[in-house]
Amino acid sequence: MTVALLIEQMLNGVQLGVMLFLMAAGLTLVFGVMGLINLAHGSLYMIGAFVCAVTASWSGSFWLGLFVGGLAAAGVGAVVEMVVIRRLYDRDHLDQVLATFALILILTEGTRWVFGDQPLWLDIPALLSGAVPLPGGGGYPVYRLAIIVIGLALALGLYLLIAKTRLGMRIRAGESDREMIAALGVDISLLYTVVFALGAALAGIAGALVGALQSVQIGMGEPVLILAFVVIVIGGIGSIKGALVGSVLVGLVDTLGRVFLPGLFKLILPASQATAVGSSLASMSIYLVMALVLIWRPQGLFPHHG
Amino acid sequence: MKRVLTAGVAALGLMMSSAMAEVKIGMITTLSGGGSHLGIDVRDGFMLAVKQSGRSDVDVIIKDDARKPDVAKSLADEMVQKDKVDIMTGIIWSNLALAVVPGVVRQNVFYLSPNAGPSQLAGRGCHPNYFNVAWQNNNLHEAMGAYMKSAGLKKPFILAPNYPAGTDALTGFKAMYGEDVAGEIYTQLGQKDYAAEIGQLRASGADSVFFFLPGGMGIAFMKQYAGSGVDLPVYGPAFSFDEVILGAVGDAAIGVKNTSQWAHDLDNAANKAFVESFRAAYGRTPTLYASQGFDTANLILSALSKASPDDADAFRKALEAAEFSSVRGDFKFGSNHHPIQNIHVREVVSGDGKPTNKLVGVAIENHQDAFAGDCHF
Repeated sequence: MTVALLIEQMLNGVQLGVMLFLMAAGLTLVFGVMGLINLAHGSLYMIGAFVCAVTASWSGSFWLGLFVGGLAAAGVGAVVEMVVIRRLYDRDHLDQVLATFALILILTEGTRWVFGDQPLWLDIPALLSGAVPLPGGGGYPVYRLAIIVIGLALALGLYLLIAKTRLGMRIRAGESDREMIAALGVDISLLYTVVFALGAALAGIAGALVGALQSVQIGMGEPVLILAFVVIVIGGIGSIKGALVGSVLVGLVDTLGRVFLPGLFKLILPASQATAVGSSLASMSIYLVMALVLIWRPQGLFPHHG
Repeated sequence: MKRVLTAGVAALGLMMSSAMAEVKIGMITTLSGGGSHLGIDVRDGFMLAVKQSGRSDVDVIIKDDARKPDVAKSLADEMVQKDKVDIMTGIIWSNLALAVVPGVVRQNVFYLSPNAGPSQLAGRGCHPNYFNVAWQNNNLHEAMGAYMKSAGLKKPFILAPNYPAGTDALTGFKAMYGEDVAGEIYTQLGQKDYAAEIGQLRASGADSVFFFLPGGMGIAFMKQYAGSGVDLPVYGPAFSFDEVILGAVGDAAIGVKNTSQWAHDLDNAANKAFVESFRAAYGRTPTLYASQGFDTANLILSALSKASPDDADAFRKALEAAEFSSVRGDFKFGSNHHPIQNIHVREVVSGDGKPTNKLVGVAIENHQDAFAGDCHF
């Protein structure tokens, strides 16, 4: 194992983590502020990716696609909040899970209806193609570095928004006591719509960014959603800081597990069995981490005080 | 006299109606989600052959399994018990085939696989009612192993998804190439991000890459490989470089060599007619999956012209004879109902607007799978 390989894999882990953060942030914001479990968050990721792919192929500009994709996800999020989600705040979590699961089915079929069954292809912008050299040899794709930068910038922006602005203050207040800030004259339902749309926009941007690396297809949001829930459980439900730490942890564990576990098993097993056992264990690794965290700190790493 | 005549006419009518009895074919295939282009091409190739035959007594019921084993299983139960199909076909993925096929053939329904050919069903788990019209999973990988060995490559890095066809792939490759590879990785089925694998590949000191990643997995891998700065020659089975994948990957795939039992430029009359009519009907170049669907339908139709599935023994004999003109040229069944056929090497070249496959030679001739000896009906 070389230093270059380790650096490259750490970067891969961070890149995956940053993507997961964009998903988990919206999910945990909506849960923290409104107490709502939103299973349809993955559909917003998918919508962001599809709108980005179509816009980029029409206009030839990936960046315009990214912007419109985020905007479209926010728009769909706002409409969904006003039409469906709004009725769920006062109900228990089981009702919310059922209703948002129904939303997954509706949004998935809706996307299929609009964009068709076949995957769409989104190319990496020319500006970000190619690879940069890494210390110790090897290289790293520029686009993945760009994802890390964009993701961290959005994380910083989200922190500033919540900690330093008037809107952020209202969001934090709404988290603590929704009746009180309503009594103080804040339009609480508008505030909730804004928070929901904000979370949706982050998911849409994540979908569009990943779409250029992989493919844009129906149902692409659900596997990511599962990882995002793991992140939230590890980081502490409702905590943005927990989401960031949990995301990077999950990203690193998943990537490094996939790389190094098969090698570890080769020390004790024949090669072909070691790769099979190591690969299987690697795909379980994040769930094992989640279980360990739950044993050690049942509230998650950064429990939310609200 | 009159009574005898009426009875005679009635008997004749009865015979006519039994001769005209509908044959029901159930097709379960992947039409949505990841890798749906495989199922769509199998379906389109199959239906093209049915349409060309002009037979109106063949009823094909098509259902989408969305690549989920539990969905495929329940669809199969429904088709066998409720629709009472005579023949089933269509499954793309080996894990789905293993969930469905054993149960189906036990209930005296014929199953003809247009794609998945897991080693389990070719060897000990074979069944007289199970036929594979495509290949046994290991075949194309074995051929590429043999080809890379003879091309003088020293340290290939090999990877495949961790599911039955993936383990068959790497086993098949190593059976012909040998065990001495630079690295071997099993990825998750449906995995989309290959950053970790490409990093290992870069660090392994390999001189070439062999990968089996069918459907969208292959597209994601090739796109990410092209952007990674790693510049080793790439080899694989045709599944990694079908025409749809090439359209999505673009010029990054040019120069890649791959093995296939079929190519759109394979020189025989049946194939020329097939490629032409497929292009005319659907406006695209067929993939190997489309050719497999087309062959499967033509095999069924050739057997139906000789016997009815109601007479299972006669119908099975007709299938075994395989008297249809396959688009891949020479084709016959081995003792375990899997094909014995030539496997070719193709190279990806720049085509009309997007890259395409060009036939460059034969990797192995009259190849039979390694499991036929384990199969005893």
